Order: sequence, then structure tokens, then C-alpha cells
Amino acid sequence: MNRFLARRLAYSFVTLFVLSLLVFFLGQILPGNVARAILGPFADQQAVDALNHQLGVDRPLFVQYGTWIWHFVQGDMGQSYIYRTPIADFVVPALSHSLKLAAVAFLVVVPLGIFGGVVAALNVNRPTDRIISLAGLSAAAMPEFVTGILGILVLGVWLGWLPISAAWPDGAGALTQLYHLILPAIPLVLVLFGYIARMARAGMIEALDSDYTRTAVLKGLRWRQVIWRHVLRNALLPTITVVATQTGYLIGGLLVVETLFRYQGIGSLIFNAARAKDFPMLQACVLIIGIAYAVATLLADVFYSLLNPRIRMEESQ
Amino acid sequence: MACTGPSMTEPALCLDRLSVAYRTGGRDRAVLREVSFTIARGEAYGLVGESGCGKSTVALTAVRYLPRNGSITGGSVMLDGTDVMRLGPEALRQLRANRVSMVYQDPGKALNPSLTVGRQLAEVFEVVGVRPAEREVRALEMLKKVRIADPGSVMRRYPHQLSGGMQQRVAIAMALANEPTMLILDEPTTGLDATVEAEVLDLITDLRRELGTSILFISHNLAVVAKMCDRVGVLYAGMLVEEGLTRETLGSPRHPYTVALLRCLPQGGQRKDHARLDTIPGFLPSPGAPMPGCPFAERCALADGRCRTEIPELGDAHGRLVRCHYPDRAADLPRSSPADVAPARPASEAAPVLRVSNLSKTYSQGGHPIRAVADVSLSLLPGETLGLVGESGSGKTTLARMLLGLVQPDPGGTIELDGKPLAAGLGQRCDEEVKAVQIVFQNPDSALNRSHAVARIIGRALRRLGGFRGADLSRRLDALVEAVRLTPQHLALRPSQLSGGLKQRVAIARSFAGDPRVVVCDEPTSALDVSVQAAILNLLAELQAKRDVSYVFISHDLGVVRYLSDRIAVLYLGRIMEMGPSERVFEGPNHPYTEALLSAVPNLDESQDSRIRLSGEIPSAANPPSGCVFQNRCPRKLGAICETLEPPLTEMEPGHIFRCHIPAEDLERLQRRRKACAQIVGSSPEKARRYELAR
Repeated sequence: MNRFLARRLAYSFVTLFVLSLLVFFLGQILPGNVARAILGPFADQQAVDALNHQLGVDRPLFVQYGTWIWHFVQGDMGQSYIYRTPIADFVVPALSHSLKLAAVAFLVVVPLGIFGGVVAALNVNRPTDRIISLAGLSAAAMPEFVTGILGILVLGVWLGWLPISAAWPDGAGALTQLYHLILPAIPLVLVLFGYIARMARAGMIEALDSDYTRTAVLKGLRWRQVIWRHVLRNALLPTITVVATQTGYLIGGLLVVETLFRYQGIGSLIFNAARAKDFPMLQACVLIIGIAYAVATLLADVFYSLLNPRIRMEESQ
Repeated sequence: MACTGPSMTEPALCLDRLSVAYRTGGRDRAVLREVSFTIARGEAYGLVGESGCGKSTVALTAVRYLPRNGSITGGSVMLDGTDVMRLGPEALRQLRANRVSMVYQDPGKALNPSLTVGRQLAEVFEVVGVRPAEREVRALEMLKKVRIADPGSVMRRYPHQLSGGMQQRVAIAMALANEPTMLILDEPTTGLDATVEAEVLDLITDLRRELGTSILFISHNLAVVAKMCDRVGVLYAGMLVEEGLTRETLGSPRHPYTVALLRCLPQGGQRKDHARLDTIPGFLPSPGAPMPGCPFAERCALADGRCRTEIPELGDAHGRLVRCHYPDRAADLPRSSPADVAPARPASEAAPVLRVSNLSKTYSQGGHPIRAVADVSLSLLPGETLGLVGESGSGKTTLARMLLGLVQPDPGGTIELDGKPLAAGLGQRCDEEVKAVQIVFQNPDSALNRSHAVARIIGRALRRLGGFRGADLSRRLDALVEAVRLTPQHLALRPSQLSGGLKQRVAIARSFAGDPRVVVCDEPTSALDVSVQAAILNLLAELQAKRDVSYVFISHDLGVVRYLSDRIAVLYLGRIMEMGPSERVFEGPNHPYTEALLSAVPNLDESQDSRIRLSGEIPSAANPPSGCVFQNRCPRKLGAICETLEPPLTEMEPGHIFRCHIPAEDLERLQRRRKACAQIVGSSPEKARRYELAR
């Protein structure tokens, strides 16, 4: 297993390296002189050159890249062009916000989606299955701003059960924070539920039709034992991998939800940075999302190999 | 034939007019039509027939595990005196736990990949309420009973860490753990090597004797059924068409279908230059097709008007049940394909078309070198077939792939085509060379592009391999399609609309598009029913006679290899252990490995030869035994010399070489004596062994 994980870890680093190259060089291709963009069209050419020099953008590209990445791994993400302050001051709180929201959504949708998929598969082609599949599909088809606004109206405004802003007061405890995050998590759960349920359903159906399930049933095991011991474990392996690939979206792709609920996450940070041509900020955010994605995939691999003896035993082969 | 009677002893299994239908396309389609038979306690009953006849449906109905769309439309199943259809969930569970077990094909899939063998085996005891502490002990006992080496370590292993033979032993251990009344075996040895199959069949025979279990044995392999079963039933299109004692039924069949089925098999050393194999024309009626008369009438040369309008009853004919209006005529069933053949024997003085010298392939796995093929030299004459045989892992497929240029051999070996060196990699071969060496794969399903029509698949091959264009192309296409006995109607169809045999014909047409010199046939008939297999073998023989093409023919079925091959090479752990003219190899004297391989194959023709059992598994190529690679399993091992020195390939008679320290004369004497004593002592292997020892 260790060899398998070591290989996966190496892949993650390669992926991140390629991502950093892409992010960096795509930033260079984009038109526009950095200092000119900052100082405006009427600034003196001398001042522009001086600022370019000060920002280091007049140095050779690979030097710039090397410096950037070297500082990045040490935790120094550089300075924002716009705010002229360290990027980390923005990224760290934004990331923590995003992670909290993602975690809430994740902890709700994964068990719910798997449960829905399993129930659907156990009732395949019966009304229960159709209802779950249809509900999942409809929920996934509805954009976040629709479900988000519906949530705000119904649960926040009419019923008044939940705060309509995700931003909690300063110094709020964990429970208060959680209370504020329930409403924004609902659109995310709705988007992902159908997807996860579908995967889980497909995996379950395959496992239920398998020869080893037949063996287990014909042994005389109770249905419950067959499902818990023999079916679930094999059925959910593909779902685990799929779930991991959704973390990128959950952490970095939530602009709409963050805007709707006035929440300072990575999504809105990256959007604002792109609008303001704040390249260092943009690059740092994209790379952070990449790292989150890589970590999630790696965790999925660990989990996968724990459940799958074929991978766990690889070394002893 | 009702299943409930006043008799004191209930039969182990009794089917009474059982009808089953599968619902597809909104319609119930009958797959079993009023099937009735009884298996007495302690009896072994064989069920044979081609795929789609309903054999597995019988098994699944008996344990009430029909697929979701399956339903019982009539009749009853009594298992050990219990009506299976009337059981509630708990009673059904108890029945499965205690009284009936099932073992099926592909043991790798039948075991749960993520649980240890010990855990899966212990569950069998759990369901009957054995205390947790005792379960493991009982599981271990059971593994010992199925003669698994090192049972303690097998308990802790996962299914994928075991070989196919060991997996099937585990499955059998699970099935027999609670000493069921009824054991259902559905193709239990299909897909296993001949030597492993022989061991598994022996094991089943022994355990049956020990436990007195009744057996329903389902197989497409008539020879295996002949060896294992007391009585046999022949299913055709969901109907039982013949039933009787195995030896009588298979020895002198009375239903035309049984007669035709047996004729499809190459038997008694039949070869391609003796006679064409007989085939069964037409196709199995599709499930649910209306059946106004005898189900076999459309394919039966003896059928008359009565057969097409009136379904025959299953009637008694000379102590046998036969569903035919004319059971006495069956033996006179005319051949459906003419017997005459005139294939020219390959001229032995001709220059070889393919010559392979010192070919090796070493793979590396985790830093360990694995010699998949070691120093193989052989040659192939124009129009000749070289059969490659050996257990899985013997290097047959790697060798074939090197010939095709799909696998790069180790430096040092050479492949020559018509005397000119052939580049090792497919990319370095010129078009002429690529089209000269072609392949037919085992599974035409995955070898043909599913989304292309037949015309496009063959046409593309003609363009790419033959270089034909325009009118020339369509003329060639027609000729090729006719040569493989397809009709123009097939051209517009996609592979999914064709039967297995027709698909394999398309695959053969594809490989012949560029007029190849050598075609590698990698188990081309293993996935096909015997009647289709016969037609494909006839086709291959015919194409060879007409086009002077040479075959490298890989198959695990020695009867098939014997039919088609002029020469045979026996591979073991990547080495040629024996190579010689087909007849010499089959008649002996042989290398001890060949001898074991030949004796492992169940045979329809003669009473059981005394059998040689190879102990243990085929060793890993990563860690081959010292000296002769076969020494650790060899029943005729001489002693120290076998462990220290690898014997060279020596010629023991012209064109017949093998790799053994035992002199040819001694081998010949030993093997003649074994055959003689087998005839004296009959079919009991133990007695034969004792007899041989006493001599």
C-alpha cells in the first residue's frame, strides 16, 4: 500500500507543478503591463518602469517563476498588486471560510447521497428508485442562485429559522458558525446529491448483480448481512473517488453562493482578483485550490486502498 | 411424473413440469418449457446442451435465485421434499444454509474480493449457528478437506492472491461445509487448465463419495459430464429432449440433437485431413419463439411434416426418455456438412515460412526478472499448423505476441519471414510484413468494433492490409465474405446483431484480408459452442487448404489442437518441453509433462485411462525451479540430476524433440506399461497406481 500511496503522492506533486507552471505562464500571456494597469493610463512612463522594477516583473520569466514558487512553499504568497499587502492576509481567512462551508456541505451530502443511492438501488426500477433519481436530477439541474434564494425566502425570511447571511459576528463560537452555514450549504447539497446518489446507485446495482453477492445469498446469510458485509464495501469504492473530485468545486467554485450569502471565501476572492488584474492574488488562489484538490484526491486514495485489499496487498505480491 | 409420492425416500431434487420465462421487451419469453427430472439421493445428474438452452436457469430456479425479470410460469421444484416455491424468506434462507449449495464458473468472481478467505468460509458456519470460536477451526478443517496446500495461510489471504484452481477449491469448501443434500455445479471447471480441471473433478468425486451428496452437474463439456455423472439430461431450447444413463445416452444417443452434438466434437484422433467435422445447421430458436412442433425440427435433417406441427412427447425408448417422433432413426441422421476433404499435407521439403530462433522475453516485475518465454526456436512450413499447448502461464500468448510484433523480444532472438529477418516491433515492420502475420482472437466481441457494420470492418481491413480500392475492393469483399461462409445480408449488420460464430467468421475474414502467410489463432473457438466450434474449425482447415496459409494454433482443448495441428509444441514455464508431429505427440512416448497433460483430459471415447496427477501449482516464472523447470511436479523425476541440470532439447526420433534426462527408450517402456496396467485395472486411478508400484 505504501508504494501505491507514494506513487500517488508523487503524481500529486507533478500535477501541482504543472498547475503552477500553467497558472504562472498564463498570467504572463494575458495582455497588459502590470504597473500601467495599476497606475492608470496617465501615469508617467518612468514611474511605470520603476514600479515594474519594484514588483520584479521586468526580470526574466523563469527567475520570476522560481522566486514565486520558492516563496510560495515557504508560505509567502507575495504582495497583492491592488492592496499592496501580503496576499496571505486575504487568502488564509478566505480559505478557512471556504473549508468550513465545504465541510458542512460535505458532511451532509456524502452520507445523504450514498444513502439515497443505496435505497434507490435496493428498490431498482420501483417507484422509490424513480423518485430518488428524479429528485436528484432535478435538484442538480437547478442553479445555486435559485435554490439559494428559495432557501433565503422560505427558511430565512418567512419562517425566520435561519440567518440569511453566512457571515457570523466576530468571535462567534463553533455552533453559531455552524448555524450560519446551514442555509448556504443547502444549495451545495442539492447540486451534489443527485451526482453522488447516482454513482452510489450504479455501484450498488453492479455489486448486487455480482457473483459474490449470489454466493453470499446462497450461503444462507440474512439479507442485511449480505448488504453490510458483502455489497456495500465493494459498491461504494467508485463513489469515493468521485466524491473527492468534487472538492475543487466545493472549495473554489462557490462564487454565486458566497455572493448570495455575503460570505468571504476563495471563490469571491478569486473573482475579485481576476476583475482587478491582481495576478499574484489570482495565482495564489488557483494554486491553493489545486492543493486542496490534490489533498482530497490523496485522501480518497488512502481510503480506497484501505477498503480494497488488492491495492493494500500490492507490495506482498 | 409428480414429485410427491408415497415413497419413503424423497428424491434430492425433483422438477415437475417446470416452466420459466424471462421478461424482455415487455413480453414474457419462455426459457424452460415443462422440464421434469428427478435426482435421487447420492446420484450425480448431468445437464448438457449449448448455451441458451436453459441449463443455468434450471440451477437458478432450484435455489430460487432467478434474475429480476425471471418468473416461474408453471410447475414445481421439490428440493429434499420441500417445495422451494412455497417457502417464506426465513425457510428459504434455512434451506440455502443447510440443504443446497451451488458452485459456478469463474471462482474469481464468486468470492468477495475484499474479504479474506477465512472470513468468507467462517460465515458458512455462522449461518448454522456454530459458536464464533469454533468457526475458524471448522473452516480450517474444510480447507484441509479440499486438499489446499498450507490452509493456515490461505485462511488469511484474499481471493485475488489465489490461483483459479485454489479459488474453486475454496468455493467447493464453502459449498460442502454444511454437508448439503444437493450440490449444484454450474460449469465448475470451465476456464480452468486441464490439469487443474482434472484435480478439481477428482476432488468432487472424492467428496461426493465421502459425503453422499447428490449432484446436479451442468456443463457444455460432454466428456466431463461423461466422467462425473450417473445419468444425463440433454436440454434443447428449454426442453428436455433426451435423458438416460450417461454411458448409454452419450454412447448411442437416440435424439437427433444429441447425435449431432456428439458429432461436432473431434473424437478418436480425428484430424483435418481425415474428414470435415459435422456441424448443426441453423440456429437455436430464440427464447420465447413460438414452437408449433419439435424444437429441433428446423435444424434436423430427419424432420418431416409431423415434426413441424406436433410437439413430440418425452417418451420411453429402450429404457431411455427421448422427445422425438422417430427415436429409432436418430443414428441414421445424415451429415449436415460433407465429410470429404482434400487438404494437401504441407510439403516437408519446402522452405519454412516462419523461423524463430532463440526467442526469449523477460519481463521485470518489482525489480525481479520474469522469463515468460525462454530460448524458443521453431519453424513453420507453408500450409502447416503448429499447435501450442500448455497451462496458463506457460508463455503461449507471449510467444504469439512476439510473432505479431506486439511484444518486443529480448535482444538476441530472431524471427524470420520467408528467410528474411522480421523486425521485432510492429512499428518497424513494413506493410507487407504486417499483413503477412495476422491474428484471430479468442473473443470476437472485443476484437470487432461494435459501432461498425460488418462491411466496414472487413472493407477497412481490405483497404489497409490488401490495399484494394473501388470496384476491386467490393469484388474482393464479396469473395472474402463468401470464403468465410457469410452471406451478403450479414454485411449491413453490426457485430452485436451477430451470433458468436458469425462474429468469429468476421474476425477471420478480417485477418485474411491481406492474404496472410501466417495466422496466429489464439483460442479462436474457446468461447463458442461445440456446433459452432466445428464450423469454425472446418472453415480454418478449408482456408488453409485453399490458401496455403500457416497457423500457429493456441488452444487448451487438446482434441481441437489434435484435429487442426500438423505439429505440436508443448510449453511449460516459457520453455518448449516437447515438439513433434501431432500424431507422435499424442501417441507417445512423451515428455512426462505432456504425458500428464494428455492424461488429464477427460475423454468420451475410451474408458478412463489411468491418470497422472501433477502435485502443486505451476511455479511462478519469477522463481522457476532449479535444473529442469518441471522437476518439482514431475511424477517420473530421476533424482539429483533433475534438480541441478536443465536437460537440453534432444531429438529422439526425426522431427520429435523433447527436454528430459530420462532416455527415450525408458520413457517409452514406462508409458507403455502405464497404459497397459490401466487397461487391466480399469478406471480406478488408485488401483492403477498401486498396480504400477507393485510392478
